[in-house]
Amino acid sequence: MKYKEETIRIIDLETGYHSKKGTTVITTGISASLYSGELTCLLGPNGAGKSTLLKTLTAFLPPLKGEICIQHKSLAEYSDAELSKVIGVVLTEKLNLINMSVEELVEMGRSPYTGFWGHMNETDRRIVSESITLVGIDHLKERMIQTLSDGERQKVMIAKALAQETPVIFLDEPTAFLDYPSKVEIMQLLQRLAREKGKTVFLSIHDLELALQIADKVWLLDRPHGVTIGTPEDLALNGDMGKYFHRDGVEFEHERGLFKICHKIDKTVKLIGEGAKFNMVKKALARQGIGINTNDVTSNDIIIEIADDGYLYNGEKAVSIEILLDMLNDSI
Amino acid sequence: MNRKTTMLLMLLLALSIIVFLILNLILGTVNIPVGDVIDILLGNHDNNKIWTNIVMKSRLPQSLTAVMAGAGLAVSGLLMQTVFRNPLAGPSVLGISSGASLGVACVVLLSGSIGGVALSKLGVIGEVTITLSAIIGSLLIMALIAFVAQKVKGNVTLLIMGVMIGYIANAIIGVLKFFSAEEDIRAYVIWGLGSFSRVSGGQTTIFVVLMLILLPTSFFLIKTLNLLLLGDSYARNLGLNIKRARLLVIGCSGVLVAVVTAYCGPIVFLGLAVPHICRGLFHTSNHATILPASLLGGASLALLCNLIARLPGFEGALPVNSVTALVGAPVVMWVLFNKRKNEI
Repeated sequence: MKYKEETIRIIDLETGYHSKKGTTVITTGISASLYSGELTCLLGPNGAGKSTLLKTLTAFLPPLKGEICIQHKSLAEYSDAELSKVIGVVLTEKLNLINMSVEELVEMGRSPYTGFWGHMNETDRRIVSESITLVGIDHLKERMIQTLSDGERQKVMIAKALAQETPVIFLDEPTAFLDYPSKVEIMQLLQRLAREKGKTVFLSIHDLELALQIADKVWLLDRPHGVTIGTPEDLALNGDMGKYFHRDGVEFEHERGLFKICHKIDKTVKLIGEGAKFNMVKKALARQGIGINTNDVTSNDIIIEIADDGYLYNGEKAVSIEILLDMLNDSI
Repeated sequence: MNRKTTMLLMLLLALSIIVFLILNLILGTVNIPVGDVIDILLGNHDNNKIWTNIVMKSRLPQSLTAVMAGAGLAVSGLLMQTVFRNPLAGPSVLGISSGASLGVACVVLLSGSIGGVALSKLGVIGEVTITLSAIIGSLLIMALIAFVAQKVKGNVTLLIMGVMIGYIANAIIGVLKFFSAEEDIRAYVIWGLGSFSRVSGGQTTIFVVLMLILLPTSFFLIKTLNLLLLGDSYARNLGLNIKRARLLVIGCSGVLVAVVTAYCGPIVFLGLAVPHICRGLFHTSNHATILPASLLGGASLALLCNLIARLPGFEGALPVNSVTALVGAPVVMWVLFNKRKNEI
């Protein structure tokens, strides 16, 4: 792994856009750095300005105030051509493209390096094939873009960004529209690229759990608070995480560093037993709004006992949690 | 589709041009045997004076015009479909052909009612004037579109602007017609029917040379066009200057339409249909393949349409526009029906 280096420095950045009605400021006072070899996730509720910030960092939008330095040079001083060799992007928008093979699309990533006619030389071909292998889509090479699944297409675009050979890769919600296993796969892939290739990877994402488990750094973006930066663990410990995402019915578990849906408890039962079955019954009961009573048993309490071959409800046998819950509901 | 098949298809397209070209020279109200046509082309003019005249003065110029016009319109249509990312974009959509019509209408109709000169009676000078006015008209509309392209962001907005500009141009033509002499209106209407045979003698040479310069220019845009396929954001991230690229592509396509329309009148459907047919044939969006394919396909289809318009019985009276629509529309529908879903 390459030594961690500062690739991007943001100084007192204000993002937003100009329109006929005047200037709209979205986020303000952001000062931060991004490092090579790290996967950084941008988290925040809808409308917090994640997309605007990403667009500003990729130079699609000019900053309203402040400065962005990439590799010690101001973003404003880069030409389009120079920038295409420094920043690679993967966007949320679906490609409106048909009849182009995966390989051809990844080859497009070489455009900043090829000449006037876009002719690919030996080096270009080698880099394209390496990028395809690195992302693990060798088997898709000949396939047409329109025949791919959302996850596969996302990988192709990541391969394109790799072929671009940029030290920095920005991704706008790369896991949107994907099923859970694909989300995990994409995130692990990006983490691997950051580690092995020393890339600076920065992405916006809505999947909290995933981000908190994989990200090296997290940027929490919120309109009133601005941006808070740290490792997921630090942010969990100092309470920032809970502050940011606090809503009714959601609770941040400090010990595990993850979010949990909390149910309103209005009733308790006595639960006896241990192990996986015990935890599952506890979880199922919580969903019904039933808590576990750990005090001594009183005569009118409901007692549930974990048995070897099922569950005992006040001494009556239930073979599955489903039947157990039915019995419970009947008695209430 | 692999390289071999692509090359083979390309060769077949080129071959079809040669076959249709020869058929265009042979068939017509007077059928001339192949051998004699070849003799005449090789310069043995003495066999039959009438045949020589028919081939050299009428059929050959007409066929060459069809080749160039077809190629030009098809390439122009492809460029527009790519830059506007819209399968329905074509030379006539952006109002550029309307601009040419407006130019011609202004000159033909106004010269009669204001200047008192019936342009339709002036012969060669009249023809040159019509050509120039068509070019000026379409280039002016194109400049307007290019200006609008700098100001508006969305491609759909730009497309609709083009359609609206076309409507305005047509409305002005309607007003002009109202004030014009019947003779001039007739001259304008005939121009508006579109034809490969109006270009005559020395003008054919000018047209062909002009197109031979303009057509290869579009090949400089292959890399740009491929990048544009990815959408503005990705293209920009890959180092493409979007504004300049849009301007170049619209400009190149506009000049092609302007010149073709100036010489042949508005020819419908070729520009829209040929790129679709070629995408259906070659199964690729890569412009390195689809651009030359459209060029060859356009030339071939224009020759075929011209041939049908001249079939015995029609006696050359069938307007080529009816044929291009009748041949082009069903072919496009066939291509669309045979596509798997999501392939538009």
